[in-house]
Amino acid sequence: MSASASAAPRALGAFARTAVVFRREFRSYFQTPLAAVFLVIFLFLAGLFAFNIGGFYERNQADLRPFFQFHPWLYVFLVPAVSMRLWAEERRTGTIELAMTLPFGVRDLVLGKFLAAWAFTTIALALTFPMWITVSWLGEPDHGTIFVAYLASALLGGAFLAIGAFLSALTKNQVIAFVLCAVVCFVLLLAGFPAVLDFLRGWAPQGVVEGLASTSASTHYESMMRGVIDLRDVFYFITVIAAFLILNCFAIDWKKSD
Amino acid sequence: MASRIVAKQLEKRFGHIHAVQGISLEVPAGQVLGFLGPNGAGKSTTMRMITGFLEPTAGSVTLDGIDLAADPIAAKRTFGYLPEGAPAYPDMTVEEFLGFIAQARGYRGREAKERVDRAIDRVNLKGVRRQAFETLSKGYKRRTGLAQALLHDPGILILDEPTDGLDPNQKHEVRELIKELGGDRAIVLSTHILEEVEAVCTRAVVINKGRIVFDGTPSEMESRAPRDTVKNRMDAAFRAMTSIDTAADAPRAKGGRR
Repeated sequence: MSASASAAPRALGAFARTAVVFRREFRSYFQTPLAAVFLVIFLFLAGLFAFNIGGFYERNQADLRPFFQFHPWLYVFLVPAVSMRLWAEERRTGTIELAMTLPFGVRDLVLGKFLAAWAFTTIALALTFPMWITVSWLGEPDHGTIFVAYLASALLGGAFLAIGAFLSALTKNQVIAFVLCAVVCFVLLLAGFPAVLDFLRGWAPQGVVEGLASTSASTHYESMMRGVIDLRDVFYFITVIAAFLILNCFAIDWKKSD
Repeated sequence: MASRIVAKQLEKRFGHIHAVQGISLEVPAGQVLGFLGPNGAGKSTTMRMITGFLEPTAGSVTLDGIDLAADPIAAKRTFGYLPEGAPAYPDMTVEEFLGFIAQARGYRGREAKERVDRAIDRVNLKGVRRQAFETLSKGYKRRTGLAQALLHDPGILILDEPTDGLDPNQKHEVRELIKELGGDRAIVLSTHILEEVEAVCTRAVVINKGRIVFDGTPSEMESRAPRDTVKNRMDAAFRAMTSIDTAADAPRAKGGRR
């Protein structure tokens, strides 16, 4: 549609409304030092872990396992740094009242904000592509495996962001939003750890242990990291994202005016 | 002429606090309604229900014939709203912020740019258009809020304390602007300054403890002053209507930030 002289504002559809929110949010990352600080720290730590702790060279294997296996731990404290401000900031500055009295629905705002944050962390992840180049140069890795691992990492980041966005909606204090998100994501990872599961296996019923393992993000992340696309794993991440976005909508309706 | 704003029996409870206890208002085109009342009387809460930020516990709102509860997004297109404290995104410049509002209102490309320019012209923001909102003085922040509310030339304007915190010159400018805007718009503005009501409003509504205690013209309001008052008759009338046990200043939920 070209610019016309018509004075009446056009009615936007749900997609266009979400896009308007997305653009504002996405740009906001680059209006503060947040984007630069986040990208530098993420890339630095991802590399540091892969080379120094993961033993990328010492293993003498052409894969990116040492790189991907630390992503969950990076996300545990970096994702909350992105998600904490999503709603807490809007409530603190009062812009939530403005946003919610513009012709947007709660869903447009929740989805637009989440997608902008997810696009941002996915860009950070994509900027680790030199790792892929390095490993291809040093040997002959399985590119399919690496691609699926990247997908898993992006999905895991998205799931943590959805959790963080929901928790941010519950408070106007960003520090609280950060800590809550870090703790919840940490527990979600830990629940699938062999040490934790072994400990439980000693006394808890088999079903409980299995159930816990299957709700843990690390179980699903691990299996995708090995390069296997199991629809159950993808479905798990999508379900977590969808569930927390829906909770987010309720949280906004409930807490917006406090 | 049909009323642009129709609020019927609005009620709002916050827990056990009955903040708004049945307020009905009809505002036809061409009317400038001054909404008065002591702090905590329910002014902001009422305006938040009319603009759809808060859902009323009971009652209904119709804006330009659109039922707010039935079609909130369409109803939100009909008005411009200046929330209390004129919030805006701190890191955005005036121009970027108004550009976002233009997009939210469904304008694109050149048309959006024209809208932004016109709004900036109208409230004299030219000198600061490339300045970040958080660096602006109180007067400019308030004007940015007004520009945002006026951007799509709405038939309904709802302004929560548009002159709060402005110096006498700025107050005068804003009043002149509101007078100019009159025309076929329905304007509701809340204020604590009673001379403002005499200067710009065609109707005064006083609320106290969540109920309407006066509804009439400013001169009718003045005539309610105790007989022996000579000076500041509006103030005297206001006190006479609202002073009964407001001295106790019972804590009331304002449904607000802070």
